[in-house]
Amino acid sequence: MDLLLKIWRQKNSTEKGGVQNYRIKNIEPDMSFLEMLDVLNQQLINEGDDPIAFDHDCREGICGSCSLVINGAPHGPDKGTTTCQLHMRKFKSGDTIYIEPFRSSSFPVIKDLVVDRSAFDRIQQAGGYVSINTSGNTVDANATPIPKPDADEAFKSAACIGCGACVAACKNSSAMLFVGAKVSQYAHLPQGKVERKERVINMVEQMDKEGFGSCTNTGACEAHCPKDISLDNIMRLNQEYLKSKIL
Amino acid sequence: MKPNDKKFPIPSRVPDGNIQNKWEKHKGTIRLVSPANKRNIDVIVVGTGLAGASASATLAELGYNVKTFCFQDSPRRAHSIAAQGGINAAKNYQGDGDSNYRLFYDTIKGGDYRSREANVYRLAEVSANIIDQCVAQGVPFARDYGGLLDNRSFGGVLVSRTFYAKGQTGQQLLLGAYSALNRQINRGKVKMYSRHEMMELVVVEGKARGIITRNLVNGEIERHGAHAVVIASGGYGNVFYLSTNAMGSNVTANWKIYKKGAFFANPCFTQIHPTCIPVSGEHQSKLTLMSESLRNDGRIWVPKHKKDVEKIRKKELKPTEIAEQDRDYYLERRYPAFGNLVPRDVASRAAKERCDAGYGVNQTGQAVYLDFASAIYRYGKEKATSTGQDTKNKKLIKKLGKEVIKAKYGNLFQMYEKIVDENPYETPMQIFPAVHYTMGGVWVDYNLMTSIPGCFTIGEANFSDHGANRLGASALMQGLADGYFVLPYTIGDYLADDIKTGQIDTNTKDFEEAENNVREFISNILSNDSGNSVDYYHKKLGKIMWNKCGMSRNEKDLKKAIEEIRNLRKDFYKNVFVPGEPNNYNEELAKAGRVADFLELGELFAIDALERQESCGGHFREEHQTPEGEALRNDAEYTFVSCWEFQGKDKKPLLHKEKLIFDSIELKSRSYK
Ligand SMILES: Cc1cc2nc3c(=O)[nH]c(=O)nc-3n(C[C@H](O)[C@H](O)[C@H](O)COP(=O)(O)OP(=O)(O)OC[C@H]3O[C@@H](n4cnc5c(N)ncnc54)[C@H](O)[C@@H]3O)c2cc1C
Ligand code: SF4
Ligand code: FES
Repeated sequence: MDLLLKIWRQKNSTEKGGVQNYRIKNIEPDMSFLEMLDVLNQQLINEGDDPIAFDHDCREGICGSCSLVINGAPHGPDKGTTTCQLHMRKFKSGDTIYIEPFRSSSFPVIKDLVVDRSAFDRIQQAGGYVSINTSGNTVDANATPIPKPDADEAFKSAACIGCGACVAACKNSSAMLFVGAKVSQYAHLPQGKVERKERVINMVEQMDKEGFGSCTNTGACEAHCPKDISLDNIMRLNQEYLKSKIL
Repeated sequence: MKPNDKKFPIPSRVPDGNIQNKWEKHKGTIRLVSPANKRNIDVIVVGTGLAGASASATLAELGYNVKTFCFQDSPRRAHSIAAQGGINAAKNYQGDGDSNYRLFYDTIKGGDYRSREANVYRLAEVSANIIDQCVAQGVPFARDYGGLLDNRSFGGVLVSRTFYAKGQTGQQLLLGAYSALNRQINRGKVKMYSRHEMMELVVVEGKARGIITRNLVNGEIERHGAHAVVIASGGYGNVFYLSTNAMGSNVTANWKIYKKGAFFANPCFTQIHPTCIPVSGEHQSKLTLMSESLRNDGRIWVPKHKKDVEKIRKKELKPTEIAEQDRDYYLERRYPAFGNLVPRDVASRAAKERCDAGYGVNQTGQAVYLDFASAIYRYGKEKATSTGQDTKNKKLIKKLGKEVIKAKYGNLFQMYEKIVDENPYETPMQIFPAVHYTMGGVWVDYNLMTSIPGCFTIGEANFSDHGANRLGASALMQGLADGYFVLPYTIGDYLADDIKTGQIDTNTKDFEEAENNVREFISNILSNDSGNSVDYYHKKLGKIMWNKCGMSRNEKDLKKAIEEIRNLRKDFYKNVFVPGEPNNYNEELAKAGRVADFLELGELFAIDALERQESCGGHFREEHQTPEGEALRNDAEYTFVSCWEFQGKDKKPLLHKEKLIFDSIELKSRSYK
């Protein structure tokens, strides 16, 4: 298939960026979206140009590196799919595709489509852990049975890959889904109970400090989350936050 | 090349005594650093996968000042995140007769008797503790209805000892280690450097004292000093270009320390994983694993008759239309005792054998089936029985069975469907072997120290525990064992000499020289204004490696490979074109550095494969096989670790042999029949 790509180019964080047009031919439907960009980049290199920078690593939908807003949608048109798992069979010859970086003032552009998501790491550093030593001197793993439904719920929240699509999808740039997922994971597990109060307060405080907006319940985050993290996680975050403020 | 028979130059530091007591005794006798003194000692850790993240967190918790590096934008994205199937531990929760000894035995046998006994026993010994640790951190492992931890089976063993979190075990374990790391970053004990690439090791008076890095955002070349350097940079499977590894996985950190004197051990020991999604075309950038856990329930087959193969390839026949008696479940046929759960090397070769014989089931002839129909039926029937539903209703049974399979492997099935555009609940998966893991790596002693004092290597980057073939679910175990429970103790033995050293000065000749090396490489590689892209060379190298150093190897091809790689390397330095600037984000430049190192490693890989004139584990030399086509070891001459020492650019490396001594296990030929 032949495509017209309209791609955001920006030299670095300080210079202004803009959209540029690229024509690309003979794309096979079995290619992944990123492989299509690989083909374009080889073309650019062969012409002596600077290739388009984008983040990626595992190309299996699990590391959370890849991003991109494709035709207005973070991670593109497929539900529950990261950009690296999107395949060209979802497009047809003659299509025009707009490709832009994840937008948020808390995710400044580094180059082209690469953004700085270190704010997410700093939120996790503020409290996304259980404070136990790593010496291995803990109780036997089966000493505390955990009801399967709780374990399954914790797992569902823990499936977040930290990609930031929720922020990019939200008109307020809210990070509540991401933070809610971590807080919920621990809230469902006995191991997380001890620090539940400090955890939620510290993480929310850091989230605000990083400049993420507040949640107005539009649900865009859930709709674009590649791991189907549900809005329940935001509800639980609110509950945990309220509880820790009152108690 | 004639092997060098000099005595092995460095002690392996394996403690004396009974294998069961070695580690306890060692821990009790090695030197320690007091908590007050730890505060004066800096440690660099390169890598934030399971090995690097767990080591950084634990070292910091013990009191050392840690600087940690990764090339991704966040430590949480290290390649360990992609591990799917599970992690082994000798917990014996299933009461099926598991024990430390059995895990040890399985791992040694699985590795085809080419790993170091004492290290493997220690790994088995600490394995149970890993699970306790991870659960305490809030890792959500799969549980049964009683709320206890669930297990599954992996290849090459007859017990169920694999802990898992759906098909996302690596993700959950890494997020656990990442959380421990975050806690230490928050305490100020770890300074994290993301988007930084280690480009050189600095050796001062024979000791590792620092590294040179490139900041991948702004291109700055930085000096970092420390009293010890720990490399946890993962495996080098990407020397094949196509592999299941993440795109950025590379050998650079390991290669730089090799060139500064660390021995590289068994570089040719590579794992080709039997169940991956087949290559679909020239544009392919990586291969996707379908976890070994699927072989718990999937059955592998090809058609029995060539006429069916023809029709399948022409799409005139569907696999589901081939009757049971016309299918060849070749693993069950050849290996009745282990069936579909033979180790990976055996399963991969068997798939290659069928495809070479003309039974491959896709257009390229390079695919076999992995079929879940009988498991869906079996689970469905079980479910219908246990819930008192109609066990004769075929549709219902299929529906119930699919639900069970979905709960176990849902994400893998979804991944398959996205890539291949076929529904694996309805039609068998097509799979083929692909490069997956490297058992070879930098040589380390029992303390995990390389042959450069003060430079340590952990996780997939070292060589020690998996011999010539790794069993499934044991890499995650090793990464966390090294990082949480082994290195933090053993590093003290070395650092005890450094309590009075004081901070490492980076304003010295040695740092300057190392930095200049890096700058010189960068300006050289950027000098062309046109030419071939980095990927062009990487793909070419990958083809040489796959065709001549892949699943089966012979003298003629290996010699040819060495020559071709040398020529390709020359061409690379002459004609590679790297666009962009040195002082900006420049992925082509980062890739160029990695591919330059792969182009050197590839040669050593082939030299090593040529030198080892036996077949063992994943290393299959066509000249050495049994009449049935099984690997034929040569214990009399090759029961050793091949350790290569760098001798200078374009010079033949020197081979040292660490003899492997088996006191607790009898060397046998491996049989899974
Ligand atoms: C698809 C897949 C599935 C797998 N499934 C399983 C499984 O189910 N069970 C199992 O036991 N094993 C599995 N494995 C193997 C296992 O995941 C790996 O062996 C293991 O995770 C390696 O961990 P590590 O910590 O050694 O290295 P990695 O996780 O690879 O981490 C390497 C780190 O080093 C950093 N790094 C590398 N080079 C540099 C440099 N030059 N400068 C700075 N930083 C650098 C990277 O940024 C990264 O942080 C799987 C592997 C793959 C590919
Ligand atoms: S909640 Fe979803 S969209 Fe947000 S970071 Fe996690 S996986 Fe990405
Ligand atoms: S590249 Fe890892 S999730 Fe897309």
